[in-house]
Formats: sequence, structure tokens, C-alpha cells
Amino acid sequence: MNAHDTSGTEGDGSPVTVLRAPIVLEYEYSAGQSASRFLRAIAEGRLLGQRCPVDGRVYFPSRGSCPQHAVTFGDEVVELSDKGTIVTFSIVRVPSKNIPLELPYITVNVLLDGADTILMHVLDADLDDVHMGMRVQAVWKPREEWTTSTENILFFRPIDEPDADYDSYKEHI
Amino acid sequence: MREVAVVGFTQSPSVRREPDRNEVEILIPVLQALREQTGLAGAECDFICSGSSDYLAGQSFAFVSGLDAVGAWPPVSESHVEMDGAWALYEAWVKIQMGYADTALAYGFGKPSMGDLPITLALQLDPYSVMPLWPDTISVAGLQARHCLERGLFTADEMAAVAVRDRGNAKTNPYAQVKGDFTVEGILAEPFLVNPLRKSDCAPISDGASAILLAAGDRATQICERPAWIRGFEHICEPMDFGVRDLGRSRGTEIAAEKAGVSSDKIDVAELSAPFTHQSILVERALGLPPETRINPSGGALAGNPLMAVGLSRIGECAARIFRGEADRAVAHATSGPCLQQNLVCVLEGR
Amino acid sequence: MAELTAVVGIGQTKYEAKRDDLSMPGLVREAAERALADAGCSWADIDAVILGKAPDLFEGVMMPELFLNDALGGAYKPMLRVHTAGSVGGSTAIVAASMVQAGIHDRVLCVAYEKQSESNAIWALSISVPFSLATVAGAGGYFAPLVRGYIRRSGAPEDTGIRVAVKDRQNALRNPLAHLHLEDISFDLVANSPMLWDPIRYLETCPSSDGACALVMEKESLASRRPDKVAWIHATEMRSEPTMFSGRDQVMPRATLDNAKNLYRKAGITNPRREIDCAEIYVPFSWFEPMWMEGMLITERNQGWKMTYEGATAMDGDFPVNMSGGVLSSNPIGASGLIRFAEAARQVRGRADQHQVDGARKALGHAYGGGSQYFSTWIVSSEKP
Repeated sequence: MNAHDTSGTEGDGSPVTVLRAPIVLEYEYSAGQSASRFLRAIAEGRLLGQRCPVDGRVYFPSRGSCPQHAVTFGDEVVELSDKGTIVTFSIVRVPSKNIPLELPYITVNVLLDGADTILMHVLDADLDDVHMGMRVQAVWKPREEWTTSTENILFFRPIDEPDADYDSYKEHI
Repeated sequence: MREVAVVGFTQSPSVRREPDRNEVEILIPVLQALREQTGLAGAECDFICSGSSDYLAGQSFAFVSGLDAVGAWPPVSESHVEMDGAWALYEAWVKIQMGYADTALAYGFGKPSMGDLPITLALQLDPYSVMPLWPDTISVAGLQARHCLERGLFTADEMAAVAVRDRGNAKTNPYAQVKGDFTVEGILAEPFLVNPLRKSDCAPISDGASAILLAAGDRATQICERPAWIRGFEHICEPMDFGVRDLGRSRGTEIAAEKAGVSSDKIDVAELSAPFTHQSILVERALGLPPETRINPSGGALAGNPLMAVGLSRIGECAARIFRGEADRAVAHATSGPCLQQNLVCVLEGR
Repeated sequence: MAELTAVVGIGQTKYEAKRDDLSMPGLVREAAERALADAGCSWADIDAVILGKAPDLFEGVMMPELFLNDALGGAYKPMLRVHTAGSVGGSTAIVAASMVQAGIHDRVLCVAYEKQSESNAIWALSISVPFSLATVAGAGGYFAPLVRGYIRRSGAPEDTGIRVAVKDRQNALRNPLAHLHLEDISFDLVANSPMLWDPIRYLETCPSSDGACALVMEKESLASRRPDKVAWIHATEMRSEPTMFSGRDQVMPRATLDNAKNLYRKAGITNPRREIDCAEIYVPFSWFEPMWMEGMLITERNQGWKMTYEGATAMDGDFPVNMSGGVLSSNPIGASGLIRFAEAARQVRGRADQHQVDGARKALGHAYGGGSQYFSTWIVSSEKP
């Protein structure tokens, strides 16, 4: 943590233009009440959403409260399908440290069946095939590798179902 | 100037660590309680301002999720300061002064338990010459305390007496984290944490949140039976370098107190957010408090120190005593930065 | 009720990928000194300093305003630090203005900056917090799907974004302070640049810049005495909404529409396209020009792309947009919003040099941030309201 060095040759009077001062900070995050329940379920291969007590909309993934109405969700959980519809997408050709996929890859906003919010994830499909309204399903890690982690879902993959009608998902773009 | 008052104040309990709740889950009950107290939801206010820190949360844009606790729908007029909520309240007060708003919500929240706070705060120091040495906040405060002791500005006994007073006062505060019957002898018998500071000289690390509702003129009296009218609201920032300012006094607090008119009348109550006992003495002196002033009836920052909310809570604690008729005139103080670099003073009156 | 307030001094640094000739204090001071010189003021004439920047993690300094206090002449003065995501530069101008409008200060210094080269912005934006589904690669990964949504809704031709990118880079060639000066900019150059986040190409994205921008604002009784033109602030507005909730329209958020309506009402504007002479809009990805032409109610819904297509937003169009070259040509994130506000003020002062719109009397400055959820705007004019 204390390592630092400077560029500019000593004694030659040239200005120091670079100073490296690495910063390492450790944080211990807690998932929170709602996310804990969601993570325990995903360790069993189940996707749990929560219902807003004001308008009944189903949030997935849930952060424990409704951002629109500022109310904490109750204990009611809604079990969701791992199938859904691509609402919109992008093909990414820029590397990112937290996405260990080969370029290019497809990011998708998926509306899971039974959910009223979108899930951002990645899609394993032919780049020329992907389109809005495409039906997809989650591909899971082998069951023995499941943990309390969202990484249990590797990616989504297209399934052989007819495209969803634009009107059925357009308000989620 | 418009007549503007604090008309509502709520807070979460200060706790060493909120293991089960994220920031939004901590904030929601605080804002719901404020709505019950005032009859006005945050999203119904003309303006909203929050205070929080990305480095406490360990991620960029941490304040964005705070908005989830407000229910910002339809969209709200809203801003954020990377400062204690006391400065968020100041910005909200300015918006009312300029006639942009008649009601405003300010809130502050922080969960410093997620990281190593004394080390995190080292990142406030000059990044080229000081920070690479990683002086933690307690050590920096210790240098200031040593400076004051050597100059004979006060004694270790007087420092310990601050902790005894504050934590004794905190016994009646259900939101306080560290409270009880401490003694000067007992504290002086504690080993040094960072010489000359002992554990009891230091504020605890606390997770928490608080919120205040402001209203102008008639709106204030409609919402609150006895509003706490803001009669002075000033803040001053000093340069950071320790070599260019007098560490034995809080010059910024002095200037802010003078501009805010602290000494123009009696002061029933003062609430200080100084996070170390020696800093509390410096702030008391800078404010020029008369002997009869009751200092930190809530226990102040030494009893509960939810960073980013602790200063706002001081204003709230003063206001709450005015709401209840326990005080007619009160002074609240907030601080930020190493060695009392930045200070805010707010004068509140029941009439 | 509010005290009429004017921008009387503007200072900007040269925007570059890496300003390693300056420290952070040096960077903000360069902009502030230029603003003071423009206003004919000294440090002692400033009552308070308002500083804005994007996340602290960008430079690795927590609350950097504390250590920058000295460099900005802020010793023993009030200092406030604003942070509202990408809109922060605009919000900082609004907060600074409100200090004068409220009658609290006579003259304030407003500064915003970013020194992205001193840290890694992509890293700071993509820290993977446990338990969250972090599958978004930077801002482009977040906004590209929304652009696709806009194209689907509006039926805009696929090359609309390319045309915006060419236009803004051409404008940048008139602005010596701009970071990118692409002398050979052309439709083909943009069209053939790599597709990064489909449908967004490399040359349709903003650069990452170091830079600072500063404004001096003062109250009417002082500003009225000045011989030179000042930029009178007719109205400011801010609107925010949550990042995510069920049914949220992320492509055309209600916050932008509400913001625009309130801004124009306060500024007494009934026909924004006709009454506003030019606009400097926050366009970090080319497609956001047509999107925000609709979001700012300059044109009808789903028609924004036509303004680009017909050349209305070009320097010689009926509604010039991003005369300075915009965010697409210079992007010190925390300052980007303030640069937009500053350019609007330069235009109405008639001081925009090679990128001056002839006879500009009323201009719009605009910034947005977060997941298209924070909006801040102002209207400035050469005339008092």
C-alpha cells in the first residue's frame, strides 16, 4: 500500500509528472434482508421476485423496496420462470474487467415471464440472429456448482418459441 | 430574508454495524417517520437535497440509490452534495430563500462500517504529498490534540470530561450508540489508542441516516406547532494544510458563529458534531458558548457518529428540543475534513 | 423574488487526454484564473466557491474540494461540493447561481473539473459490488440498448448518429479548447469506425478528457454596471427520477419532459425552437442529440432525428446544437455539464469566437446523468428578463 514512485530523473531539475500511489481499500458488503432471501433461493435454482404493495408490480431482481413508491416490500415472494423476452440489446466489442467473455458478446435487457422489471444479462447467440422480442431462457451452471450467487446463471440462450409481440414489452424499453 | 424553519426531524439509531440493511433499507423508515411527523412526503416537497459519500459506500454514484428511498415519482427537483447532510440542508435553505421552494427535504446517510473508516478518510488528504503516507484520521487528530496539550490549551482531564458529559447525556437518547456512566479517572486509565487519544476521546464508527423537513413562513406553522426558525446559517472552509492554519483553534467555526449571530442572545442548547474530545473543546470555545448552555444533550458525535448524517442530526436534535418547548434558542455545529477543516453553524429559535 | 443573476466571467482549460503538465490544483486554478480575468475580478472579490465533479473514485481523492480549497482562493470562505452524476456540471452552475439568487452572496466562483488521467474511469464506473448483477460494460453498455429502443420507436435512419458525430467534430475544429480535432472527419470515417456497443460506433462516443471550467456569477446591481455583455440567467431547472422501476421509460424519461416544461414556463418561453437561438446539449453518444431534441421539447416525439437529418442542428441551421463540439469532442466528466452551461453563456455574450452563432440572444445549456435520470438546464440571455 505504501509503494509509490515518481518519474523525472533525480537532480536534473525536470518536473515530476507522474506519481504512483496505489490505493487498496477493503470493504465488507452486506447483501441486505431482501437480497439475502433472493440469493438463498438462487442457490437452489429458484428465481424470486417481490411484489410492490402499492401497484402489484413484480420486481426482479429486487432491492427490497420499490423505487417508485418508496415502500419496503412485504414478505410475499413471486417465483419466476427462467424464460423471458429480449426487450432490447447491444453487441459489445469493448473489453470489460468484470465481464469475462470473449468479444464480441451480446448484452440483453430481459423481461422474465412473470416479472415487471428488466434484468440486464448476456446472451449466447449468433450475432446476426439477436433481435428485440426474441424468446430466451437462462443457462445455469452445473447444479453442484450453485452458490448464493447470481453467477449461477451463466447466460441466456434463444429458445424455439415465436417472438413476443412488440406491444407486450415496449413499456420496458 | 425569508422566514424558514425546521419543521420535522427523524433519524435511525446509530449502530456500529447494520448487518442486515442496505442504505435504502435504512433510509426508508427514516423518511416514512418524517412523513408521519409532518404529514408531508419527501417527494411532495418542492426541493430535495441529500448528503453522502461514494468512498464510504465503496462505489461510484452511491447516492443514486438513496433516491429510491424518496419515491421520486413524479420526478422531483433534487440535488446532492458529497458532504454531510447539514450542507444538503444549507442548499435546501438557499433554494427556499431564493423563492424556488417553500418546502424542502434534506437527508444524509452513511454506512462506514463497510470499510476501514480511519484509513478511508486518509484519502481526504493531499494526494501528492500526504496521502501516500496513509495517515489515518485518528493519528491526524492525535497530532492536533498533542499540539493543543503541549500549548497548554487544555488538559487530558478536560478532554476526558467531555466524553463523560456526552455519554452521560446520551443515556436518555434512544438513538445513541455509546452511552453510560463514564468517569474522568476511568477514561484516563484507558490505554492510549493513538497517544494522546484514548478510545473514549474518539467518536464511534456508526451506520445511520437522518432527515429534516424545512418550510417557509405560514407553511412552517401549518406543519409544526412550534417550528425551529433558522436565524443564522453559515459555513466556512479553511485551507487543508496543517502548517498554514492554527490547529489550536477552530477559526472557521469562529467566523461562521459570528456571521450567524450566535452571541447575540442566550443559548439554551448547543449540539456539536466534533468527533474527538479535544475538537469538542475547540468548537465550544470557537462558538463562545456561555456557561449556562447545555452542550450535547443528545450526546453529540461522541455518542453516535453516522458520518454524512451526524451534522444534520445535530441541527435536528436542536430543532427537536425547540419543537418540545425545552429550548428557545439553540446552536448546531457540523464539521468535515481533517482537524475541523470545514465547519457549519446553524442558529435556531422557537420564536 | 429571486435576485437577478448573471454570468460575468468564463474560464476554461484546454481539454486534453492527459494534462500531465498540471496537478489537480493547477488544473482547477487555470480555469478559475481565466474566469476571474474575464470578469476583471481578483480572488478577494469572491464570496464563496462552489465546486462540482463526478465520483471521487475517478481521481482517488475523497471530497477533493477540501484539499483544493487553497488553490481556489477558498480559504475562510464558504465552500460547497456538488455531485449529481453526469449532470453535476450543470447542477453546480445552478447551485452556484442560487447562492446569488437567494441574496446570500454577491459574487461566487463556480468550478467543475475532472482529471481522468489520474485514475481509471472505466474501472471506477464498473466496480463489481457483490450480489449485484454487474453485466454492464461501462456507460456505453448501459446506453446502447436505449439507443436501440429509440431507433425502434422513432424509425430513425441508422446513419442519424453518424451525422451527429460528424457535425459535432466539425464544430470542434472551430474551438481551440476542444480535446478532439479530427481534421479528416467525414461520414465515411465515422461509419467505418469500429462498432463498440452496437449500434454505437467508436467515433460516435465521447473521449475521456482532463479539464476544468469555471464561471463567475454576480448579482444584478453589480453586473448591470459592466460595460461588456453579460449572460443573464432567466431560468434554471433540475429534475431527477429513480434509476429503475417497473414501466420506467428510460428512452424518454418523464424527468426530462418535466424539466423542459418547467424551464420554459419559468423563462417565459412558449415556442422553444423559435425563441431559443442555440443550444449546448449533453450528448455523450451521438444518438442523444435527436433524443434530447425530443426530450427538451424542441421538436415532436419521434421527430428529433429529422432535425439532425435536415441540418437544423448544424451551425448554419435554424437551431444550432453543440457549437463548441460538445461532449463528443471534450469530456472531462465532472466539468462536461458546466462546459455546456458556459458555452450557452459565451454565445449570448457574443464571445464564442469562431463558433459564435450570429446574433445569439437566448441560449439553452443542458446536462444529464445517471441512467438518463438526472437533468439540469438553464436559459441565459443577453437581455434581462
